[in-house]
Amino acid sequence: MKKSHILAIAVIAVAIGIIMSTVGDASVYVSFREARERAADGNLTKVHVVGRLPRDGQKNILGLEYNPTLDPNYFAFTLVDTNRIAQRVIYFNPKPQDFDKSEQVVITGAMRNDVFVADKILLKCPSKYVEKDIKGATASR
Amino acid sequence: MLNTFIGDLGHLSVIVAFVAATVAAYSYFMAARNQPLGETDASWLRIARGSFLLHSVAVVSIISCLFTIIYTHRYEYYYAWSHSSNHLPVYYMISCFWEGQEGSFLLWIFWHVCLGLAIMRFHRKWEAPVMAVFAFVQLFLTSMILGVVVLDMKLGSSPFILLRDFLVDLPVFKMNPNFIPKDGTGLNPLLQNYWMVIHPPTLFLGFALTLVPFAFAIAGLWKGELIKWVKPSLPWALLGGLVLGVGTMMGAYWAYETLNFGGYWNWDPVENAVYIPWLVLVAAIHGMVLWQRSRTALRTSFVLVIASFLLILYATFLTRSGVLGNASVHSFTDLGLSGQLLIYLLAFVVLAISLLVWRWKSIPVSEKELTTYNPELWVFVGATVLCLGAFQVLFTTSIPVYNAFLGFLGIKSNLALPADQIAHYTKIQLWMGVLVAFLTGLAQIMWWQKNDKETLVNSLAVPGIITLLSAALVILLVRYNQLPQMSPAYIVLLTTALFGVLANLGVVFTLLKRRVSLSGGGVAHIGISLMLLGILASAGYSNIISKNVSGMVYSKEFPEDLNRDNVLLWRNESAPMGGYDISYTGQFYDVPGVPGYVNKELLFRTDDEYKALARADIKAEGKVYYKAGDTVEILPENTYYRVDYKEKKSGNTFTLYPRAQVNEEMGGLLASPDIKRFASHDIYSHISSVPDPSKEKDWSEVKEHVLAVGDTIYLNDYFAVFRGVEPAHETAGLGLQKGDLAIQGDFLVYGEKKQYHVHPMFVVRNNQVGRVSDEVEDLGLRLIFINVDPTKQKFTFGVSTTQKDYIILKAMEKPFINLLWSGTLLMALGFGMALVKRRREARVAEVKTPAAPEVKVRRAKPQAA
Repeated sequence: MKKSHILAIAVIAVAIGIIMSTVGDASVYVSFREARERAADGNLTKVHVVGRLPRDGQKNILGLEYNPTLDPNYFAFTLVDTNRIAQRVIYFNPKPQDFDKSEQVVITGAMRNDVFVADKILLKCPSKYVEKDIKGATASR
Repeated sequence: MLNTFIGDLGHLSVIVAFVAATVAAYSYFMAARNQPLGETDASWLRIARGSFLLHSVAVVSIISCLFTIIYTHRYEYYYAWSHSSNHLPVYYMISCFWEGQEGSFLLWIFWHVCLGLAIMRFHRKWEAPVMAVFAFVQLFLTSMILGVVVLDMKLGSSPFILLRDFLVDLPVFKMNPNFIPKDGTGLNPLLQNYWMVIHPPTLFLGFALTLVPFAFAIAGLWKGELIKWVKPSLPWALLGGLVLGVGTMMGAYWAYETLNFGGYWNWDPVENAVYIPWLVLVAAIHGMVLWQRSRTALRTSFVLVIASFLLILYATFLTRSGVLGNASVHSFTDLGLSGQLLIYLLAFVVLAISLLVWRWKSIPVSEKELTTYNPELWVFVGATVLCLGAFQVLFTTSIPVYNAFLGFLGIKSNLALPADQIAHYTKIQLWMGVLVAFLTGLAQIMWWQKNDKETLVNSLAVPGIITLLSAALVILLVRYNQLPQMSPAYIVLLTTALFGVLANLGVVFTLLKRRVSLSGGGVAHIGISLMLLGILASAGYSNIISKNVSGMVYSKEFPEDLNRDNVLLWRNESAPMGGYDISYTGQFYDVPGVPGYVNKELLFRTDDEYKALARADIKAEGKVYYKAGDTVEILPENTYYRVDYKEKKSGNTFTLYPRAQVNEEMGGLLASPDIKRFASHDIYSHISSVPDPSKEKDWSEVKEHVLAVGDTIYLNDYFAVFRGVEPAHETAGLGLQKGDLAIQGDFLVYGEKKQYHVHPMFVVRNNQVGRVSDEVEDLGLRLIFINVDPTKQKFTFGVSTTQKDYIILKAMEKPFINLLWSGTLLMALGFGMALVKRRREARVAEVKTPAAPEVKVRRAKPQAA
């Protein structure tokens, strides 16, 4: 066998290994129901959940809990997923400052007991989309 | 006044640029068609050159129009309104230019124009076929900013769209179509950084440079010149590798300085999208060098050169089509160009692959089998390793694309990027680093000598032994310093990277004696190995020093194993953190012209956000910059939080000013770190949270005190002396008029660290009483001058208190991160040296084979007919 053949076989083997590792490490977008089922099955791999923050009539977010003077590393909130299931989420980091403005929230983490422990929060703020309003435009008519 | 002329001019230039690129592509194609390389149809060539020059002029005109719109604050244009604002300094206006998709396309187009002109000038022989590819690329790129509607299809997105045409539904435009906003929405504050002025142009120049070897390879395939293309394109490929590598690292440095994820590389798809083609381009360079030296790996060079450009196109598609969606924090907004981008990508994939397949059999292959003692074999293996590393990043980063593709086929897929991306990528990239470092050392040693068993063992022995000794020393030092024990993978990376440095160092020293210009490869490889060492130390041993040690455990759910990486610091109270005592000592502003930062307490804010009055002399380094009462121009966007560090062991002190920007549009607070650089490590700290600045402070109920001059009282644990009443200074910006009566109380409050003068004011104007309270932010204290009793010589003051100011801070130590930056510089230097050498060779080659294209062009004419 020529060296080039050995090299080719090695390359293919590594490439397959890489594909397998990606498939193995890839996470999934799930609903809270599925996240709970996974946890119940003892599957503690981290998942992605997309959700929205529940708001009252004045657009205030319901159920935010962050008291930095007690513990700066404890932030809890409720997230409602696309199937309208609400879930308590804990994030052991300071509250992201633009949290209040976000429309959509993507969290990664896993269920532990009956709370979802998030280790990453990705916020989709309206500003990341095209702006649709001009400040003070109505005032200067 | 609404000015539509400049936009129309710009838009017209875009159309001219597009049409001229189309004509240039076609006529360059016709000029080169059916003729061997170096011979062209003169009349087609004349048209082609003319139209490419016209294209270049049009591109310059587009850029001038767009920049004029931004520079003159013409907010009737959407681009200026959404990317700029009145107070933006000129150098950031340059960054506004490429903040948007259209501007960054323009930048890319501009670099292609420059490179195209350089090729017309320096590569006459290759001009027609290479420029045909260039103009074809320009056709696609200019179509992205065309902004015309053809057959109900929107083609491109014009940067010259008027605001009223963009926000059609806004009521204000129905009332008054000529409405122009007074100010723009401003540049994303995270981009207001000097690196953002030079990083994008560098990166796009790197993007553009990958086109040059690609165009040469395509021209070679087309004209059947399967060998000659390598020599002239190798210097360009080296320049591309240099610029793209440096540009990527500039982005990493910007992220390190500006963002607050705690590092320089986040495996974000946008970063990966540049990293992948860079790896492949570097592999391609190695293939080309192999061909130049020993007539092998030509097919590999073809494939890799073509792949690096196609991967750039793929990167463009990834970051600009919106396909990344949730997966990336900072991809561009979707402009609905995905279809166009896909066509662009596919056109070149199909073109390149079919040409390659067509010529594949005729590309020469080397007959002789490489042996273990051929350095070529190891260079080839190294290039393969780079490609495999690139493949992993590509395969994972493309996960959102699989979802989109499956969704297109009607299959719902919910695949997401790995939850722990760092672990996922490290698993492969670390071993890629190991092999790269080892192979650079091995192949470089073998490259410059005749190899057999004996010579190889001899020349490997010295660097090998030194490597093992120094690796052992480092491992011992790690253990001695009680750092976390090194995992086997880290030990292997350490050893191979040290070997990479030492072996290449040996090679460079020997070569310096022969000829300096030969050592470019060695220098670049030392750089790469140093970068690997820097990454290993700074990322593998990044140490969070702000572990919360307050002992308070708030959450009962999971008391164990959780990271508590942030500490709360009350203003002016010292707290222990890691090996330091730190204290947060106030908020500061950046005042242009004054070195350092100016304490907010010295500034009295006015209605104009950008102006403040000095409450006392503003001094820095012993020099007075502003006198009390002067108007001071400030930059109000950023607040700098002063944090004093004192190392417990040595007693050394230093001060950091991590900054944060309250920005409503971006949502909340944007924090950027401040970094203290030591030779052996960086101390990196950023604000994680502050009391919500948009909320009014919660003041306690006012407590009244009736005082006579000289009285002493206790205010919220601090004692204060009422020293008297004096006429109010103009400093407070009251705009006092004649006939007004204004007095102020003079208090001296004794805080923990220093004394504060507090001056609450009492103003009588037209028999109306006005009170201006004075606040000591440091102490959370506010005084109001409530009343005067002239008969009894008594004065009434109100005191209210609030929660003291605090910040939440995260700090970490990054050991030996300087190795990464200095390695980058060495790598760039090495690329540069290799570039000079290869360019000289290419020149010599051109002189040796006098192609005299000018003469041949004319003679060729009858043949073409």
